[in-house]
Amino acid sequence: MKFLNALSLYLRYAGVSVRGQMQYRASFFMMAFGNLLLTGIDFLAIWALIDRFGSIRGWRLQEVALLYGMVNVAFALSEAFARGFDVFPNMVRSGDFDRILLRPRSAALQVVGQELQVFRIGRFSQGLAVLLWGAWSLHVVWTVPKVLLCTASILGGACLFSGLFVLQATLAFWTTSTLEIINTVTYGGVETAQYPLSVYRPWFRQFFTYVVPLACINYLPAHAILERPDPLGSPVWLHYGAPAFGFLFLLVTLQIWEFGVRHYRSTGS
Amino acid sequence: MMRPHLAILQARIRVLLQYRAAAAAGFGTQLFWGFIRMMIFGAFYQSTSDPQPMTYEEVVTYIWLSQAMLVMMPWNVEEDVRELIRSGNVVYEMLRPVELYGLWFSRSLAFRFAPPLLRALPMFVIAGMFLGMSAPPSGASAAAWAAATLGALLVSASLTTLLSVSLLWTVTGEGVSRLVFSAVVFGSGLAVPIPLFPEWLQQILYFLPFRNLVDVPFRLYLGHIPPSQVWACLLHSAIWVAMLILAGKLLLNRGLRRMVIQGG
Repeated sequence: MKFLNALSLYLRYAGVSVRGQMQYRASFFMMAFGNLLLTGIDFLAIWALIDRFGSIRGWRLQEVALLYGMVNVAFALSEAFARGFDVFPNMVRSGDFDRILLRPRSAALQVVGQELQVFRIGRFSQGLAVLLWGAWSLHVVWTVPKVLLCTASILGGACLFSGLFVLQATLAFWTTSTLEIINTVTYGGVETAQYPLSVYRPWFRQFFTYVVPLACINYLPAHAILERPDPLGSPVWLHYGAPAFGFLFLLVTLQIWEFGVRHYRSTGS
Repeated sequence: MMRPHLAILQARIRVLLQYRAAAAAGFGTQLFWGFIRMMIFGAFYQSTSDPQPMTYEEVVTYIWLSQAMLVMMPWNVEEDVRELIRSGNVVYEMLRPVELYGLWFSRSLAFRFAPPLLRALPMFVIAGMFLGMSAPPSGASAAAWAAATLGALLVSASLTTLLSVSLLWTVTGEGVSRLVFSAVVFGSGLAVPIPLFPEWLQQILYFLPFRNLVDVPFRLYLGHIPPSQVWACLLHSAIWVAMLILAGKLLLNRGLRRMVIQGG
């Protein structure tokens, strides 16, 4: 009951936000198209490099396309839905967060409801197109477990990136600067995951496996979808189970956020 | 005629040099990005034994150069100018006894000049000492690089001014900024060095103005373009700067003619 109530409140928030953005329709289409182009350029760069070098550590363009598509669709979802946490530092600075705390609803729900950025559909659609093209040209047989795995990886990825935005918001309780550092794992994470993880140095791989479990929602499940063994030696059951860590990551970061909320002291302005 | 413009340039540079904390935070991010790109290119170069148009060592220096000069790229509009237009205070700009395009161009020039001053130097030191960035092969290459960087600065400033002027029509300007940024990232050689592109694409990109931002100065630095060719490169950027300034002026005049002052 409580959950349904929260859901209906969220839907109302989202509806208001979407209607607001649709008032400036020309601007919206420009933004969405710009988003598509700007993020799609990454794939053009990958195409140009693979065209020049033939492959990267044994991965061809179509296989890299799968990695690229999965991480970009996931990131687009989190950018669209968790945008409220992204702009949260401004709320703390201006003191607007006090108002949210006064209302008898969950603070996280209200923050996430601030904005649903529809124009992120630009990244979403180009990522999805690249993903489907890659899978189609590799003749991937979409069995039910594979479809479920791919969906779970994308949703797990969206949760992972949302968790990073939550973490960034939580940092804002203690500091107003140095937030740019989170960009290295969000935008930097997307850039990283567009290529197979086996490309990177061990310390870097371990960071994006055990600290920020990016490998779990991208590199590992991709092996199960492509039915190829991992040169780094991970077992097949892990390829299927790994996306769970994306969801787990969000749960953990939300706990940290709750801790931050309890220790929040207003700027007073 | 030029005096007020120079004064504005100086004042803006002094203001922009105050943002040192932002520069420090950005520096860490750029190091990280440089690392990622270095590892990716490293893997590409290990995946082939064919000779390539650029060596891996050259690409590494190229990557750190691009991290150092990143904030010189024309990818956004100054927040002040945006606010000026959104609030309508832009009409006060017309009261100033200075030619308006020159005024905005001076602002853009300062905006593209000061931030890289803060970021480039530490990047050169760190990347040069620890990360495999090498110095120009000769004094002539270094001089050619310096000259071409000046050209890059002017191209960037004229593009930034064009972006500012476009705000008179689009208000938030984010859409246009994004489109221009896409063109810059891809067309300048920032994402992938132009010599690594397929032949037919290289021909197109060599014609456009964006290559003067990254491709020309960086390859002059590497000696990949011999310093003797610097004059042709400078001519190419001078022609484009002239055209971009002209376009900016025309657009600004049109924008001002249709501007309606509502008072209040």
